[in-house]
This record gives sequence, structure tokens and C-alpha cells, in this order.
Amino acid sequence: MAGADPQTPPMLEVRGLDVHYGAIQALHDLSLSVKKGQIVTLIGCNGAGKTTTLRAISGIVRPSGGGVFYEGASITAAPPYRLVRMGIAHSPEGRGIFSNLSVSENLDLGAYARSDHDEIARDRERSLTLFPRVRERLKQNAGTLSGGEQQMLAIARALMARPRLLLLDEPSLGLAPQIVQTIFKIIREINERGTTILLVEQNAHMALKVAHYAYVLEVGRIAMADEAAVLEKSDAVRKAYLGVG
Amino acid sequence: MRSLVDSSIELRPRLGPTILASLWPIVVGIAFAVAMQLFVKPNINDYFAKQLLDIGISIVLAVSLTMVNGFTGQFSMGHAGFMAAGGYAAGAVCYYVSLRIWGTGGARGSILSGMPLDPSGLPSFAVGDLLFLGSLLVGGLVSALLGFLVGLPSLRLRGDYLAIVTLGFGEIVRVLIQQTEPVIKTAAEAAQTPVLELPIHVGGALGFTGLPKYTSLFWAYLVAAITIIVAFRLKRSTFGRAFLSIREDEIASEVMGVNTTRFKVWAFVIAAFFAGVAGGLFAHTLGVGLSAEAAGFMKSFDVIIMVVLGGLGSISGATAAAIVFTLLPEVLRDPLATPAWIVVAILGVWASLSGLAAWRSREGGAERPWVMKLALKLLIPGACVVAIYLAGKNGIDLSPYRMIFFALLLILMMIFRPEGLLGVREIWEREAWSWLIGGRRKAVAASPPQGGGS
Amino acid sequence: MDQFLQTFKDGIAIGSLYALIALGYTMVYGILKFINFAHSDVVVLGAWLSLVIARQAEAAMGWGAVGTASGAAPWWFGGVVLVAAMLLCGVLGFAIERLAYKPLRKAPRLNVLITAIGVSLLLQNSGQLPAFFGTKPKSIPPLVPDTVLFSIGQVQFRVLDFAVVGTALLFMIGLDWLVFRTKVGRAMRAVSHSPTNAGLMGIPVDRVISFTFVLGSMLAATGGFLWALKYTQVKQPADTSWTLLGLKAFVAAVVGGIGNIRGAMLGGLTIGMLEQFGSAYLRSSLADVYVFGLLILVLLFRPGGILGSAAVDKV
Repeated sequence: MAGADPQTPPMLEVRGLDVHYGAIQALHDLSLSVKKGQIVTLIGCNGAGKTTTLRAISGIVRPSGGGVFYEGASITAAPPYRLVRMGIAHSPEGRGIFSNLSVSENLDLGAYARSDHDEIARDRERSLTLFPRVRERLKQNAGTLSGGEQQMLAIARALMARPRLLLLDEPSLGLAPQIVQTIFKIIREINERGTTILLVEQNAHMALKVAHYAYVLEVGRIAMADEAAVLEKSDAVRKAYLGVG
Repeated sequence: MRSLVDSSIELRPRLGPTILASLWPIVVGIAFAVAMQLFVKPNINDYFAKQLLDIGISIVLAVSLTMVNGFTGQFSMGHAGFMAAGGYAAGAVCYYVSLRIWGTGGARGSILSGMPLDPSGLPSFAVGDLLFLGSLLVGGLVSALLGFLVGLPSLRLRGDYLAIVTLGFGEIVRVLIQQTEPVIKTAAEAAQTPVLELPIHVGGALGFTGLPKYTSLFWAYLVAAITIIVAFRLKRSTFGRAFLSIREDEIASEVMGVNTTRFKVWAFVIAAFFAGVAGGLFAHTLGVGLSAEAAGFMKSFDVIIMVVLGGLGSISGATAAAIVFTLLPEVLRDPLATPAWIVVAILGVWASLSGLAAWRSREGGAERPWVMKLALKLLIPGACVVAIYLAGKNGIDLSPYRMIFFALLLILMMIFRPEGLLGVREIWEREAWSWLIGGRRKAVAASPPQGGGS
Repeated sequence: MDQFLQTFKDGIAIGSLYALIALGYTMVYGILKFINFAHSDVVVLGAWLSLVIARQAEAAMGWGAVGTASGAAPWWFGGVVLVAAMLLCGVLGFAIERLAYKPLRKAPRLNVLITAIGVSLLLQNSGQLPAFFGTKPKSIPPLVPDTVLFSIGQVQFRVLDFAVVGTALLFMIGLDWLVFRTKVGRAMRAVSHSPTNAGLMGIPVDRVISFTFVLGSMLAATGGFLWALKYTQVKQPADTSWTLLGLKAFVAAVVGGIGNIRGAMLGGLTIGMLEQFGSAYLRSSLADVYVFGLLILVLLFRPGGILGSAAVDKV
């Protein structure tokens, strides 16, 4: 566990969040917290509200109740672009690649909120070292990349914002097992370099392996929450999410 | 064992009662149209009669456009083009057939067409009336055919392409009409011209003059009644209901997929048909000079305003808006001289503005106290009535500001009451008035759920 | 040969104006996915503002027409008029977007379309009021000398011709550079692909949209200014020829591929050429019919336009 002191306040805290889509309530009184330096994962089935949680945190959907706090300050009503300036990067579901732009331009967009050119160049270099596949395709149109490459580009782009908190939405979705392995390896690497990560995953197996702490989401409510290692061994989780006896 | 077909035939309602049930609206419509001509017309002055006639034609236009813009969520902006095309087609048939048969372009109608009783004792439904009816149908069919040709390519594409194509279509019609040849004035000349060449002699830039003036209150309200009946049948059809329920939801309409094209094209063709018939009525109206300008988009915009303000999808709303929109210029011109109408107009203005006053509380914001809501509901329309009254008192002609008023109304309506005055509801449905009585509106989605997701 | 050259020259001139106006439609469509019907009214406003500013300034400074004894306006005066018209129209474009369109960001597209029609009618009819421009056409004073530079056969090439085409071209190249080579252009393209994801990149989406409107309105003002220069007479704001001009520019945007900046330029030239050559060699009164005929053909056979992708949303 990456040196989490129980006394320090969490980096991100979600308190009593309610989200409605029209008449349908997607999230019920949801609370969770992410400690600095950790990887926290949010696992659950399709439709459980995982993506909605991330979208509510980064201000894409407006919650009807509850609040979101980042480093002690409320960010509940903040528009998404403000959060980027505060050090939160969100790599959205479906990767959110701009397929009408080149790979290189996509990367640059990640640093849109920054103006420290030298540092940006350094971060760009660092991201490309992390993802050599992306470097090979810099000039290409981003729409021509394969799914795995697009996911790598999405993460590399999120890193360009030099985030302190990284929200990742299903990075393993639709990827071949080998690429999933690579991506999770990199996720751990990013965390070891000091970035806190909130990871939303359907692939509970991989997510629990890499995370420090985990929440299980069921139909818009937190069903379980514990250390990832503990949950991985719990019968309920093994049955429902890991497909083990 | 009985087949499914047999049992479903049994379930079907019996033919006799069904025909009766679907016939009564038509009977009522005819009776109403006859009453307008025979009992209302003799008791009002010519000026008011002309206003009533204009209202009738406006109703046909507004209700027919509601079928497209209201029911299907597509947006046609070329209604005047269809109207002009139908008007010219009907005019050509009516005029040249008259010229060929009777040697003059004059009308030979019955009292239903507003003609004096013929001393020679012609029956009340004369040959001329039949000719007029026939030419109205021709006008409608020509227009419907054009609607099919325009609708088929553009209705396959995204909604707003239809807007631009129909707008362009109206322009094409206008330009083509301007290219036509001068009207043939005499029977002798008409007899020498080949029949197929006659339709191009409709006046060109000078306008189509000399048309027999058959259009009467009877005809206008007969067509209006039929249009309204057809619109209701379309709205209550399986597809009509499906469309109304999903119109606002783009994802759902995408899911509906290919099947929707047929309904869209049908609605569009039917609407074009009635626009064409309305054009025929317009062409044969006393005091109307039919010219290419009838196809211009300013006329289309007028109809769009009626449909939008009435509530996209509300037939009675479109009818009410057509009445208010046609009368309002007169009221604004000199409100005090038209005491009998001011009530109507004020009611109309008041009702449409009350829609605005049903101010939605902003998302996440606090609900406004009811006192404030009531004040808003009464204040805005009240101020409008006072302003109109004061302008009349001081002899200020407000009619140049008419379009500014309507433009502002459109913008504000889309922001504060996007579904129009009545939405898809009809005037007699209680839900249509919930905003007035003070029923709470349903919570509005924070944002549409995009994609699947967790 | 002379007729061909003359027609070609006219086609380039008209086409570059269509292209300039088409850019505004295509940029807004690219980002917000609706037809901004009020765009042609901003063009009208640009033309009228140029006229009023030019007249007032010349009266105040005592400048006469080019070549008169009282002394002509200096050569840079036209530029000043253009910049002033652009700034005013830019402000108007900003206001339109903030007041009328922004509240409808999440509304169905149909509602935004209706609002746009409302804005268009509002601008047209307010412009007609005696307090503004009135209901009669007026003439703009000549800001560019009408001297003939050279002739090829019977075809004369005037300073004005070069000023119109040159200005239009300059602005198009400038816009192309802005959209494809700068940070804000990258943001515009990102927003047009997905506003939500653009927000996640730290792009202030609303500000980018406002910027796009201001940019489009400035190009519209330029279009109006050049239109007034070329034809001298400026028709009253609610004249249908203005709506028709806007409509053709939109057709140009569709023909080139809606949402595509370079497509709009290409489409503008195509429409201009089609109209001019159709008028010169076929029948001049049918010019509009050729343009809308082409629109229907494009929608039938290549709904994405010349440069657009083949895929067009079908609903």
C-alpha cells in the first residue's frame, strides 16, 4: 500500500451522490473516497452506474443530490474543463479519441489547459516512451488506430495533462488479453510514479489485482467496499465477478 | 383448427358501425361548411367574410404542415412551394376547361360557391362546382407528386436536410412559374392550342389572371374540415403515435430505423396534397392575384410560425394559431376599430404568452413561489394587452412590428416552452392546460444517457 | 472566348463570396449540428453597417467619391470600414449565440432550428425599421477605385475585382491556417467531433463555441462588405434575395461536405461557377434552379458532399 496514512484526508471524496436520467435514478446516495497515491477501483456489472459515477465526478452529468470534493474543496458544479486545470484527467468510456485529428494532435489536446511548453515537451516524451506504439503512429489519423492503440493513446493523452488524479473508464474494454496485460502494467507504472488513479472496470480480475482499494457497485449503490486484496478473496465477489465457484 | 386469420377476422370490428363512426366527422364538417356559407356569410360584411376565408385557408395550411413538422419531427420549409404548385395546377385546369367548354373563364357555380341563384334555375350544386372540385383534386395530386419527388431523397437523411431541400424546392417552383407563357384570353385561341401546351400558359411573371372565383366559405371550411379529419386519423395511427412518443428522442428514433421512412414520406405527401388544395382555394379567391410570389419562403415562414406556436403536433393548436395569426395584423393595425375581434385576439395573445410564463424553474435551482408564477402568467400578457390598447388609443400602427413580435415569440417559446403552446396535446385534453392550472411539470433529464455504459 | 473568360471571372468572384459565407454555415453546423438560418442576416448586417459607416465617415471627413475635387477617401479607408463592420457583427454573433442558442444546448435539434428561424426573422424585420436601415435599397460609396488594370480581349479586369477576390481569398487562407495550425483551431475541431470529450481535455467548450460564432459572423460581415462593394446597391434587410444568397451559400457548404472547411470553399466556387456558366450558356433566369438541382443530386448520390466522408447520419 503506497504509504497511505489513515489520518490524511482523502484526495477525492464523493458524498451521498444521487444522479437521475429523466425519471430513472442511476445513482443512489453513493459515497466513496480515493486516498492520495492509491489505485482505487470501482467494479460492477454493465449498467451498475460505474460510468455515471465518473461522469458525475468530472461534471459531465449534474448530480441531483450530494457532492464531490477534491483536495478538500467542492467541485460538485464545476464544468469539466475546470477540473483538468485542477489536476484531474478523465479518460472516458470508449476512449474518446478524436478520430478527425491526427495522433499527434490528440496528444497535444491532452495538454490544452497548460502553457508551460518545455514541460509539455518533456511529458510528451515521457508518455511516448511509455507507449512506443503510439510514437510509431504520430502522423497518422487517430481514427485509423486499432482498439488497443487507441486505448494507449487515450491514456497517453490523459497523462499530458500531468494529472494528480487520473480517472480511467474501462481501459480494458474490447481489447485482446495480451494488450490488457500491457495496459494494466502501465497503469501500475503510472501510479508508482505518483499519480492517484480511480479505475472503473468490468474486468474485476485485473482491476482487483492492480488496485489498493475497491468498491463494488450494484444497481447504483455501493454493495461492498474493502481492500482490493480482501475483496479478491471474498466469496461473494469471487462468485459474482470473478466467475469462480 | 381455426387459423389465426379466422380468429383475427372475428376480432375485427363490424363494418357497418365502423363506417358510421368514421363518417360522422365528415358529415359534421360538411354541415359546418354549408352553415358557414348559407347562414354566417349573409349576416356579416364582405371584409369580415374575407377574413374568415383567409382563416379557413390558413387552417388547411397549418394543419397540413403539422402532419410533417409536428408528427414526424421533420422540418419542411417549402409549404408555400407546394401551395403555389397546387394553386397553379388547379387554376390551369379550372380556367382552361371553362374556356374550352363554355367559351369564358367565368365561374358557373351554385350558391355554395357564393354565386347568386341562377335565374335559369340551375341546381344548387352546379357543373361549375364539380369542375372546381375536380381542379382542386388535380392541384392536390400534382402537389402530392412533387412532395413524393422531394421527400424521398431528403427524408432518408437527417431531419434538417429536408428543411434546406424544401426551401430550395419553393424557390425552384417560384422561378419555374416565372418562366411560363402569358395567359390565353380567348376561347378561340385556347381551342387552337394543343391541350398539353395549355398548362404552360399560366401568366409567367405577370401572374395568372382571369381565374374563375369559385372559392367561398363553404369550400374553404369543407377542405379545412377534411384536412383536420385526415390529420387526426394520421395522428392516431399506430405510426403516428409511435412518432409522437419518440420525436424528441433522437436515439430512440434512430432505433426505430428504416421503417420510419415510409411514414415520413406518407405524412409528407399527404401534407403536400392539402397544401396543393389550399393553393387551389387561394387561386380562386376573389381579390387574389395568383403570382409566382405565392411560392416565396416568406409565406412558408408564416405557416411555420402558426405550426410552432400552436404546438408542434397539436391539430387544434395549429388551428387556433392559424386564427390568431391571420387576425392579429388587423388588430395591431387599429385595435379600437375592431372591437368584436379584440376579444379573440387578446385571448390568443394571452394564451400564447401564458405559455411563456409557465417559466420553468432552472435545473437544480429553487422552485419559484406560486405568487411569482401567477404574476408572471398575468403580467406579460396583461402588459401586451395594455400596450396594444394604448397604441390603438394613440393612433400608433403596430402592424410593422408584427413579425418582430412573432420572431421574439418563437425564440422565447423555444427557450421557455419548447413544445409550443399545447405541445402534442389537443385543446380539450386536460394535460394541455396543466401549465395554466399549475400542475407540476415532470423533472427534465439532466442529460440524455449517451451510449450504454455502466 | 471572351464570353468564357468573362463567365469564368464572374464565377470566381461570386464563388469566392459564396465560399466566404458558406464557411460560417459549415463551422456552426460542424460544432452544433444545426443550420444557422440567421447567418445570412449577419451578412446583410455586414453590408448595411459597411454602407452606413462609409457614408457617415465620408460625410464627416468631407471625402467625396474617388476622383472628385473634394479629395477621395484614402486607400486604407475601405479596410477601416471592413474592420468596423467585422467587429460589430462579431459582437452580434456572440450575442445571438449566448442569448438564443446557448440555452438550447441540450434541446432537440428541431428546436434550435426553429430558434434560428426566429432569430433570422427578428434581425430581418428589425433591420427594416426606420430607426435602423429602412425599407429602401441604398448605395454604398465606392471605396475601391474602379479603374481598369488590364484587359484580355473584351474582358476588363478592374481593381475592384482583385480587391473582392483577393480579400475573400486572404480570409479563407487565414481561416484555414487558424483551424488547422493553431491551438484554438485544434480545439474547434475537437469540439466539433465531441463536445463532451473536448471538455475532458480541458477545453472550455462554451467559449470555443462562442469563438466559432464570432469568427463565422466576422466572415459573414466580410462577405456582406464585399457584396456591397461589388454590387454597389444594398437591398433592404428583409429582401428575399438575401435569404436566397444565404441559402445558396448553405448549399455550397452541403455540396462541399457539411462541417468541412475546405469543402465549403470548394463548394462555394462550384456553386458560383455553376450559376455563372448556367446563366451564360443555358438560361440565365434559371440560375437558382441549377443550384438547387445540384443540391438534390448531391443529396441523392453523395450525401456527404464532395470532400465529406461517405457516412451521413441517417435518422
